[in-house]
Amino acid sequence: MKYRIKFSKYGSMIFIGHLDMMRYFQKAIRRAEIPIAYSTGFSPHQIMSFAAPLGVGLYSGGEYLDIEVTEELSTAYMKEALNRTMAEGVEILSVKALPENAENAMASVAAAGYFIKIREGHEPDFRFGEGFDDFFTQPAIPYEKETKKSRKLLDLKEGIYDYTVTEDGIRLLVNASSSGNIKPGMIMDAYYAYLGKKPAEFDFVVTREETYTKNAEGRFISLDEVGRDI
Amino acid sequence: MRKLALTDEILLKIDKPARYIGGEINSIMKDRERVDIRFAMCFPDVYEIGMSHLGIQILYDMLNKFEDTWCERVYSPWMDLDEIMRKEQIPLFALESQDPVKEFDFLGITLQYEMCYTNILQVLDLSGIPIFAKERTWEDAIVIGGGPCVYNPEPIAPFFDLFYIGEGETMYRQLFDLYKEAKKAGKSREEFLIEAGKLPGIYAPAFYETTYHEDGTIADFYPVRPELPGKIMKEMVRDLSDTFYPEKPVVPFIRVTQDRVVLEIQRGCIRGCRFCQAGQLYRPVRERSLEFLKERAVVMLKATGHEEISLSSLSSSDFSKLPEFIDYLIEECRKRHVNISLPSLRIDAFSLDVMSKVQDVKKSSLTFAPEAGTQRMRNVINKGLTEEVILNGAKLAFEGGWNKVKLYFMLGLPTETEEDVKGIALLSNEIAKLYYETVPKEKRNGKVQITASTSFFIPKPFTPFQWAPMCTKEQFLDKAHTVKTAVLEQLNKKSIKYNWHEADVSVLEGILARGDRKVADVIYMAYKKGCIYDAWGEYYKHDIWMECFDACGLSVDFYTTRERSLDEKFPWDFIDCGVTKEFLKREWERALGEEVTPNCKMACQGCGAARFGTGICFEERKDAP
Repeated sequence: MKYRIKFSKYGSMIFIGHLDMMRYFQKAIRRAEIPIAYSTGFSPHQIMSFAAPLGVGLYSGGEYLDIEVTEELSTAYMKEALNRTMAEGVEILSVKALPENAENAMASVAAAGYFIKIREGHEPDFRFGEGFDDFFTQPAIPYEKETKKSRKLLDLKEGIYDYTVTEDGIRLLVNASSSGNIKPGMIMDAYYAYLGKKPAEFDFVVTREETYTKNAEGRFISLDEVGRDI
Repeated sequence: MRKLALTDEILLKIDKPARYIGGEINSIMKDRERVDIRFAMCFPDVYEIGMSHLGIQILYDMLNKFEDTWCERVYSPWMDLDEIMRKEQIPLFALESQDPVKEFDFLGITLQYEMCYTNILQVLDLSGIPIFAKERTWEDAIVIGGGPCVYNPEPIAPFFDLFYIGEGETMYRQLFDLYKEAKKAGKSREEFLIEAGKLPGIYAPAFYETTYHEDGTIADFYPVRPELPGKIMKEMVRDLSDTFYPEKPVVPFIRVTQDRVVLEIQRGCIRGCRFCQAGQLYRPVRERSLEFLKERAVVMLKATGHEEISLSSLSSSDFSKLPEFIDYLIEECRKRHVNISLPSLRIDAFSLDVMSKVQDVKKSSLTFAPEAGTQRMRNVINKGLTEEVILNGAKLAFEGGWNKVKLYFMLGLPTETEEDVKGIALLSNEIAKLYYETVPKEKRNGKVQITASTSFFIPKPFTPFQWAPMCTKEQFLDKAHTVKTAVLEQLNKKSIKYNWHEADVSVLEGILARGDRKVADVIYMAYKKGCIYDAWGEYYKHDIWMECFDACGLSVDFYTTRERSLDEKFPWDFIDCGVTKEFLKREWERALGEEVTPNCKMACQGCGAARFGTGICFEERKDAP
């Protein structure tokens, strides 16, 4: 029986890295006495997988992990049991039962919604969102992505599916699939370069607002829409 | 929501920000307006080390059970944050409330090893509390030290207002009541400290003076206030099954050294190894009841979600109810997919059986601590482990599928000869040889891997070896070289790996362990010259320490290599740890005569700890006809 858990991350929890979040949830599931399934073999581990790692320092309102349990529990019960043992800064937003044939969380990630705003004390000498329309109307947005092994030239425009400039920031919907993942920092680098500027470290506060998958019709739906309450 | 003391920018810049944010599962939040006593409990080392310490977990739980008290945690900021805090003048804060330590009523500092002494000064300095106790006012927290190093508090006495000598569970309530009364009655800080110094187990160092002979040894040590005691008796828990022990220990977000439930099954040790300080300090041995342990194991696992439980004691094999308790644990832990870790077990048929049930034999290694290479030397140190027992244990283990063995030894023990030193290599070789004789070729899983490690012997207060001279750095390194050469001469040298400790740091530990109040100036000077995190090899600055001894006009040899006469007054003689100086003298003489002393279960040696009327001393008398 598979369940998908959606949680938010805020406050001091933004300083906890991905690997520690995994350990945090392993312990939380034991505390909540959720009958999670274990792998077989010499060192059995909980059957649990996260959708997309979130970098240290980022807020989120849409993180996901899938777990497999050995007996059927109501989704409301699981949500409550987990919320009772959460640290301040993590809240379980939903628990959904997944259909048997559901793709695992990580493989199904297609896009992510981000909201980017200026960190207090880092205000630039221009209106932050003002040039974004012009920036986006360029025919292509070339970006050189450097990894440990290689450099790769990308066109960011292909991966930016939607955006809105708001009063206090920029909201983005971008490719977050394993093949074409775009980080908000890459877009900000390109945007600032277009303006003839360069962002400094810690200029932005970034929130991942939601993680999406694509449904059969090719429409983006949030990862928990795949499951249902039981 | 809690507001953090550090800005997001700082937290994102430094390594492992989770060290400083608090908010962990089971950490305690209280309303600061509704408590009378705010207590900052500090382990003066980095978070991952400090969070792994059982004693602090016990006291944290206990102090927070007091309704009028809020106990919070403080650790040494790591080097990266230390630099930022100094530059930006950010005061050191407690993890729970994130409030500055300076605002607290008490700063409790646990002293687990001598090499953390400069970190104490770091914590005081960053907190904005005057480093020297005599400069403090009611505006500053009362700084109180506890833990094993308070059995010789003199080298750090000028930095503390009070020391709590002995086990922490017993006297804090009375101390706090006294504090509240003093504040209410408008008493001076000095008046309070004197009152506190009259409580059992509490030492108020400012009111004691030392006079010295011309040769630097102590002539006299006495309270300058007649109402204060000349001798301070350690505090001790009489019944370990009816006392404070956490049900919900704090669960760190990041991986710490001891990332598991720790259950203390007993306190003290019956063995009486003559180099071991803990073996004397925690006498008499007291066991926790089976009912207590069974209940607490389950409660703690549920409350933490940890995936491992570890039993803690100085010698688990001596715990009388071990087989029954382990059966219970194996059953409970299997249900919960929890691992069991069993350190400090003697290797025999029983423990091998248990270990094969709870561990993966292929991965785990066996640990023996013969401590010395020859039987003669083991008799001197009263380590009741014979070569026959070691080889029997190893043989059983090899038959059971183990092929990794760790051996721990000490170098520089009193009366040690070249033969004893070379004996380390010979014993390692014997064990390797035994593997090849025991396990037929077709059943071998590669070579046997023997890892022999040596540490350098450091004489500690309240041990029979407190009179012993310590080796010089050069002697230590010569001995390590002798072992290394001897290992290379062995037939099975390819199966033996030899490691030895740093010698520099052992010399300093030796000075601080048996130092007097004069050493405090050196610690202060070393700190001012940038010494901190001395327990971390990469930060230890031996040259600076040695320069500071010179500058303060103190001789290193006086504290380390000098042979102390039997009638010398030691800086720690004003403490009564239960074990008498006469007993220790007797043991020192027996050591020099290579005589083994039976353990507490075999026969009472009249060490003095029976005065407490509890534990093994009491049980034996009860059973006696």
